[in-house]
Amino acid sequence: MTANRPRYLRQLRALLWKEALVESRSRETVLAAVIFALLILVIFSFAFDLRVDQAAAVAPGVLWVTFSFAGDIALGRTFARERDRRTLDVLLLAPVDRSAIYLAKLAAVVATMLLVEIVAVPASIGLFNLRVDGPRLALSLGLGTLGFAGVGTLLAAVTAHTRAREALLPLLLFPLQVPVILATVKSTAAAIQVPGGEAADAGSWLALLAGFDVLFLGLSVLLFDYAIADD
Amino acid sequence: MSEAAPPPEAASQALRLQAVSAHYQGQSVTKPALADVTLAVQPGERVLIAGPNGAGKSTLLRIAAGLMRPSAGGVWLHGVEPRRARQVIGYLAHATLLYDELTAQENLLFAATLYGVPEPGARVETMLRQVGLSSRADSRVDTLSRGQQQRVALARALVHRPAVLLLDEPDTGLDAAAFDLLEELVRDAESTVLLATHDLQAGARLCQRTVVLTDGRVSHHATSGPLDARDIERHVRGAAASA
Repeated sequence: MTANRPRYLRQLRALLWKEALVESRSRETVLAAVIFALLILVIFSFAFDLRVDQAAAVAPGVLWVTFSFAGDIALGRTFARERDRRTLDVLLLAPVDRSAIYLAKLAAVVATMLLVEIVAVPASIGLFNLRVDGPRLALSLGLGTLGFAGVGTLLAAVTAHTRAREALLPLLLFPLQVPVILATVKSTAAAIQVPGGEAADAGSWLALLAGFDVLFLGLSVLLFDYAIADD
Repeated sequence: MSEAAPPPEAASQALRLQAVSAHYQGQSVTKPALADVTLAVQPGERVLIAGPNGAGKSTLLRIAAGLMRPSAGGVWLHGVEPRRARQVIGYLAHATLLYDELTAQENLLFAATLYGVPEPGARVETMLRQVGLSSRADSRVDTLSRGQQQRVALARALVHRPAVLLLDEPDTGLDAAAFDLLEELVRDAESTVLLATHDLQAGARLCQRTVVLTDGRVSHHATSGPLDARDIERHVRGAAASA
């Protein structure tokens, strides 16, 4: 990458452009993820009949169950679509640093998850009657999404080569995501205001989350070449 | 990819396969996809890879393209492993490998940018004109006929002026006129060509020598003289009967 940075950036831009065009014209991943997320939220809101203070305690977990499942849809599609249509060969044949492919796929998954969150967070505020600290919630969701998608994109590349990829991806992904999910749920909870309660400090959870993000993203960039390896 | 050092002569050869064997997952070790295949192709040479279904033609081309690792042996393009020689490889398969949601022009522009083609827009226009699809440049690929899609795929394989062109049944979906166009473009490209096809007459017209594969092994290797499609057919039929 460092040897030819302008070329690397041009290739990365082309890969991002391709991801955006393909998804904007097919809309199959974003639509499925958003609808799925809204369905989960509605089911939870009917299943729990909560007072406002109870809702504030449950909402962070509900939100991250929703985002994790919606993110799993986005991750499952990102390489499976390329694999099924054999367009993955086009990427593997091209003289492109594998990290550029990883970063473009990561950006596509993060963008899908953020779109889901933009729809699902206001919906959950309405359904659970929540009061939130917007900037803190945005920071928590942003860091959590990056950590989830970072390692998820790597595993999606690994499982794309397998027949049972839809079953295998969540089996590999969720145990690895435990620290990220834990830190994200805790920091999300701190951004939801409980009536009469004191604002919780999420600083240490956010720092932990940022640390996981850096670690997972760094490892994923390094390991992606092996993950995307040929037949 | 290749652990072994290339033989000294590999540097002057466009493509060198040295004792290459390949197995697919779950495949019997006693019946590999390729077994001990050695092949040297000189720069500018066009070689026909013939053989019955399942003989290993596509596997050989995928290994030469760096899309698959051999389980034994080595592969070099101009003395370099395929993974380090991606810039010089053009690959056209029977599947078009195009993005359905993108237009013909966008598919080519994407490839041209990845390969660092100078002035990609102008090059893409030229390629679309050459394959006779200028008027469909802005059409999404999934609205094109199978033959038109294959012509876009041919343009994509040639857009970066590859030194080595690997053609795996490129005639899929092409009518006679379109195949003539393919022949003309491949000749004009002056690339080294490895062509796997069941259209042996077309292959004999385009190529200078032929390799017949049977059960992953080289069963016949005609190295000189003009190719005779009937002669190749005889070897392929013989290979199919013995398989």
